[in-house]
Amino acid sequence: MIDLKTLTIKRAHEDMKVGKYSAVELTQAYLDEISKKNPDINAYLEVFADAIEQAKEADKRFKDGTATILTGVPFAIKDNILIQGRVASSASKILEKYHATYDATAISKLKKEGAVFLGRTNMDEFALGGSTEKSAYGVTKNPHDTSRVPGGTSGGSAAAVAGMMSLVALGSDTGGSVRQPAAFCGVVGLKPTYGRVSRNGLMAATSSFDQIGPIAKTVAEAEIIFNAIKGQDIKDGTTISETTYSPKRAGKKSVIGVPRVFLNQGGISKDILKNFDESVEKLKKLGYEVRDIELPNAARALPVYYIINFAEVSSNLSRFDGMRFGLHKSGKDGIEDYFLSRGTGFGKEARRRILLGTYVLSSGYYDAYYNRANAARRIITQDFLKAFENVDIILTPTTPTPAFKIGEKLSDPVSMYLEDIFTVTANLTGLPAMSVPSGFSDKLPLGIQMTARHGDEKTLFEAGKEFLGE
Amino acid sequence: MITLKEIEKLADLARIKLDDSEKEGLTKDIDSILAYVDQIKEATVNMDYTPVPGAVHNAFRDDTTITTSPESREAILNEAPDREGDFVAVKKIIAQD
Repeated sequence: MIDLKTLTIKRAHEDMKVGKYSAVELTQAYLDEISKKNPDINAYLEVFADAIEQAKEADKRFKDGTATILTGVPFAIKDNILIQGRVASSASKILEKYHATYDATAISKLKKEGAVFLGRTNMDEFALGGSTEKSAYGVTKNPHDTSRVPGGTSGGSAAAVAGMMSLVALGSDTGGSVRQPAAFCGVVGLKPTYGRVSRNGLMAATSSFDQIGPIAKTVAEAEIIFNAIKGQDIKDGTTISETTYSPKRAGKKSVIGVPRVFLNQGGISKDILKNFDESVEKLKKLGYEVRDIELPNAARALPVYYIINFAEVSSNLSRFDGMRFGLHKSGKDGIEDYFLSRGTGFGKEARRRILLGTYVLSSGYYDAYYNRANAARRIITQDFLKAFENVDIILTPTTPTPAFKIGEKLSDPVSMYLEDIFTVTANLTGLPAMSVPSGFSDKLPLGIQMTARHGDEKTLFEAGKEFLGE
Repeated sequence: MITLKEIEKLADLARIKLDDSEKEGLTKDIDSILAYVDQIKEATVNMDYTPVPGAVHNAFRDDTTITTSPESREAILNEAPDREGDFVAVKKIIAQD
């Protein structure tokens, strides 16, 4: 029996290296868990029939001595990341039968390492949501309490890791979509610096916010995956090099900044604030200096985020025309084909955001909304850069509440949007941010979020490992 | 307040067919969302800023074609709902008088 509950990449690698078990046996152990739990949890939209075949290839590499740290490591992959030849639907009806025609750059890097892809995971359609309830293929349940959401939009990936249905996973983060589900499911989730990981082969939601990020049980594993998938890529002109940013530290040991005024704005659950204060105390005991900082414009981050999100989403989703790929519904002429294909193929939230994006980009409103939001985005970024003159990490809770009940926020879109209050700033500013488990409220996991300077994931890994006692 | 007519206009621009039953709910939702994001109008921002060069620069490449393998061309064409030979087939766009 492999102890999946405490298994890490490093442990699995060492065990496979000495032949304690094979990659095939490890993959089979996860497939067994999936067949037991997935019918209820619905983390996977598809389990790949050739997972064992992939594992056999990995075993060959252990035999011929070419195995790397990720060889034979089982991954769950979010349904908006392309793997050549496999269905990639973004949990949408419009791509139900679409097969990816190439590998995402992150995927081809993992393939080179000999990682095993177990299957593709559920998400909010086109990464629009915060609970995985907006999937066209049913909600994913939180493994810690199946009456609650796993968070979103990478809810399937987080639930797969938390439910021992995969060792690790890839998600994507547009406004908190890796970090918020990681917090709700009690695992680690990283949103890298914008440009660190190539977006080639990641279906675009909000191109200026999107990043692929790892989900794992430990910080050390998130770091291993991050190191494997990062890097400049000719196929993504926004990728950065190791030297694009040269983060300067404030002190030898990281100094932590807490935006007190931002935290006391109201609407944050008491349990979250209590857990946050305990986490601050824990970090102080570990020798970190904690300072109060100000982020005067952070309270505006949510409306700014959503305006830009609507605008970019409506532009990005215009490629689905029912002609070149994806669902086609035939009407009386070509124009009606567009209307019918898009009208039936997109779910409610996607349609809503397309209309909102069309509105904020239409002449007469463009200056009032879109241009204004971009100007405000700059001011918020300046707030953060200024704060980083005196601190190395900015600490907040990851979410304003623990995992909520399935259906609780469905009738009120604004209350769902408010879930992202602490996470969107990292996407607006391009800064790296990571959620780490910080305890429980009853049996529901909570997370704290660490944000660092551009290009300074290293500081997040160091502090995260110390916080979790790794 | 956004009107039903404006919703129809937006759906028309975005090429999305909406059911009549859906339009009313959308009007209500979009109203509440716009009321929320309207906070942006209170933000003091400098709209005349000149963009400053950031850390990330345009990535240029030579304007050359890269030969695609017949297999990948075939894979791409096979994803089209309808094809004729090596073309994606769509309905006739220009009408005859």
